[in-house]
Amino acid sequence: MPEMVYQLPDARGHFGPYGGSFVAETLVPALAELSAAYQQAQADPAFRAEFNYDLKHYVGRPSPIYHAQRWSALLGGAQIYLKREDLNHTGAHKVNNCIGQAMLARRMGKPRVIAETGAGQHGVATATVAARYGMECVVYMGAEDIKRQSANVFRMKLLGATVVPVDSGSKTLKDALNEAMRDWVTNIADTFYIIGTVAGPHPYPMMVRDFQAVIGEECKLQMPEVAGRQPDVVIACVGGGSNAMGIFYPYLDVEGVELIGVEAAGLGLATGRHAAPLTANSRVGVLHGNRTYLMQDENGQIVETHSISAGLDYPGVGPEHAWLKDSGRARYVAVTDDEALAAFHALCRLEGIIPALESAHALAYAAQLAPTLARDQILLVNVSGRGDKDIHTVAEKSAIEL
Amino acid sequence: MSRIDATFERLRTRKRCGLIPFITAGDPDAATTLALLRALVLSGADLIELGVPFSDPMADGPTIQRASERALRQGMSLRGVLELVRAFRQENQHTPLVLMGYANPIEAYGKAFVDDARGAGVDGVLTVDYPPEECADFAAALKSAGIDPIFLLAPTSTEQRYAQVAAMGGGYIYYVSMKGVTGSALLDFEQLGQRLPAIRAAVGMPVCVGFGIRDAASAAKVAAFADAVVVGSRLIEEIEASPRDQAPAKVAKLMNEIRMAIDNASVAGRAP
Repeated sequence: MPEMVYQLPDARGHFGPYGGSFVAETLVPALAELSAAYQQAQADPAFRAEFNYDLKHYVGRPSPIYHAQRWSALLGGAQIYLKREDLNHTGAHKVNNCIGQAMLARRMGKPRVIAETGAGQHGVATATVAARYGMECVVYMGAEDIKRQSANVFRMKLLGATVVPVDSGSKTLKDALNEAMRDWVTNIADTFYIIGTVAGPHPYPMMVRDFQAVIGEECKLQMPEVAGRQPDVVIACVGGGSNAMGIFYPYLDVEGVELIGVEAAGLGLATGRHAAPLTANSRVGVLHGNRTYLMQDENGQIVETHSISAGLDYPGVGPEHAWLKDSGRARYVAVTDDEALAAFHALCRLEGIIPALESAHALAYAAQLAPTLARDQILLVNVSGRGDKDIHTVAEKSAIEL
Repeated sequence: MSRIDATFERLRTRKRCGLIPFITAGDPDAATTLALLRALVLSGADLIELGVPFSDPMADGPTIQRASERALRQGMSLRGVLELVRAFRQENQHTPLVLMGYANPIEAYGKAFVDDARGAGVDGVLTVDYPPEECADFAAALKSAGIDPIFLLAPTSTEQRYAQVAAMGGGYIYYVSMKGVTGSALLDFEQLGQRLPAIRAAVGMPVCVGFGIRDAASAAKVAAFADAVVVGSRLIEEIEASPRDQAPAKVAKLMNEIRMAIDNASVAGRAP
């Protein structure tokens, strides 16, 4: 990477006061082994070459950047450009990271991979890559999420993965993560845990960011070609925050580019039924191996979150986002279920693109921001995934009969 | 001498392996927990580990996870746990109590935790997701308040790790007898017997063994080389299956069986 001023995390995975490695003793050596293997792989040109080859020929990268002209014109302000991660194989940005981690698993001689999934996109991507590499694959998914993402559950099964429903706690993404951690600690010798977001203990937040950084790296090359210059604002949705870190990271040292992460305001921040720990200024705490902003009660118990989008329905956020918020380099906002839904429909009808409900949050904020800016301003929005998986949710919420 | 040190000193003199029960505070409710603590003491507990319930107990199996959920539904909190400890201390001054739980409730409680825990009569704190490198300040604060920071070691731990926990920890080492979560089965006694003397020598503290001790027979096997055995999930299963008023008696019965088996087991292989 060319002369980045930004050098985080430190050797033990800290982004300022955030991140780290808060795990039970059994996992400590496994994480040390993983860190060492990752460091070695990074230094190996053959690893990077194979990663790039797979991104190109298997995923279909680079994903294009598309000027949403009709939508921009309708909104009557800034020009909106879309980074089309929805066009990747498996339909979302998640696959970038899965290829990297599966390659690492293979290098480390681990024949079995496990994953947690919320919306199912990370589960599908993991199952896909596991099928291709001939690895056993087990995906943990909250029972609640299995209900709202049945198409992705079927895809994972088609790909040969075992999908394990998680009935504990709130039966969503955080509980799936707990269960995957339990599996890992039990089967640590032969199992690689492919975490899907920029959270978890070190080195996961760094490693996932690095694998996803291809999104922003491409944008930096594509924007001058497509729009004549770099964007004024980059917008991405944030649950755990992997697609956002992927597009933000290469722009961190680019002056004049504003970075905005969009969280899920659910039914509204004031209702408490949301998944926006950064925007709501939740208390900092420790969960899932890292220190970050966390939605919790006064006793430190993690509270149930709500979002129309399963992929954003998470009480924490990647530690690097916590750091970027505090440092002011990125700004975090939240949009409600209804606002996301409206943006979802707008993109379908005006641009012929069905975005994931997660990505619709980023689009919804772009729709709020664009009219306040001049027509020569440029917004770059990460369309992190496609919305086929969400058709049942959207039909139900929008009272459409299938 | 601290209550924990005095307890292990007494065990050493009597050449006995200690018995450490684990229950979750507030499961099924605070009053029953207090009754259970009394029953545990009467049925041979040398030290008690009291679980602080957490919404996301990642290192625990389904049994302790359910106990946590029951306790939280009853409104149990870290504050409530300290109240329980205070109540217990009014009637018992000699049985050490160690809080076992996760970092977030302690961080949410704030800096006052260490003083409040000392005031309540807590002897040790085991924070599952605070490995030594992430909790230097906290461990130091506990120590200066006379509370032992208890650390875990696992079959995967390196020798470098032994030294690290020896330097930062106090009281005893909790050796996680296997890979996996609490309540799992399958213990490798042979491997355990080979490893324990080296660990004990390296850490210079008593080594207690937990995870996977399901009954009197497995407790007895572990007693041959451990300074104490920890029994948790199995007791909680008993609590779960019993009406509230009968839980203490059921737990005491199981404790008595284990106590007897441990005492009868050979302690010949153990360091003096």
